[in-house]
Amino acid sequence: MRILYFAWLRTKTGTPSEQVSPPAEVTTVGELMQWLAGRRPGFAEALAAPGVVRAAVNQDYAELSDPVRPGDEVAFFPPVTGG
Amino acid sequence: MIRIQEAPFDVGVELAALTRGRSDIGAVASFQGLVREVAGDQTITAMTLEHYPGMTEKKLAEIEAEANARWPLQASLIVHRYGRMLPGEPIVLVATASPHRTAALEACAFLIDWLKTKAPFWKLEETAAESRWVEARSSDDLAAARWRERA
Repeated sequence: MRILYFAWLRTKTGTPSEQVSPPAEVTTVGELMQWLAGRRPGFAEALAAPGVVRAAVNQDYAELSDPVRPGDEVAFFPPVTGG
Repeated sequence: MIRIQEAPFDVGVELAALTRGRSDIGAVASFQGLVREVAGDQTITAMTLEHYPGMTEKKLAEIEAEANARWPLQASLIVHRYGRMLPGEPIVLVATASPHRTAALEACAFLIDWLKTKAPFWKLEETAAESRWVEARSSDDLAAARWRERA
């Protein structure tokens, strides 16, 4: 599974992208966030506020309850501010 | 048409290209967003736009397709820059063409309103003292929401 971080999630985690293999019980975006947050310092702080952090699965916006599967591209980022 | 680019663009050149060789277009509407020097009581020295390559193109294509489904457009253009830019430089251009003004004007407003809340871009503002990520504005959500009920 490929994980991408953008904007202040990238700077807080110090990681633009990483390959991960979460355990089989991680089946949703929310469970993936919790699992990622527990792995390294910085990630917990960055992923702590589910109301602030947005997610996309395979380049479509996703909710915490949406499924994630091996091979997916999952991105975490703050609310968008383009235009 | 959609373009994501680091280089600046010339709005006159872009609009001329949109209608070149066409005699069926009666109305062109456009919106250009620029880097503003002032944010609250702070002076901005530069702005850096980060985006999500791949998803950006996908979301802008969806937004453009939605505009074309809602209004009878003859042409549409979205140009969005990424990277570091200075106050006064262009960030984004949205343009729409149709036989009459109403469709062009409404579709143009729709495109920029939806782009602001759906396209994966993030702004980093630099001041003399610090760099900080710009927070999303609830007024942008409200502007985008006014188009939802027309679906």
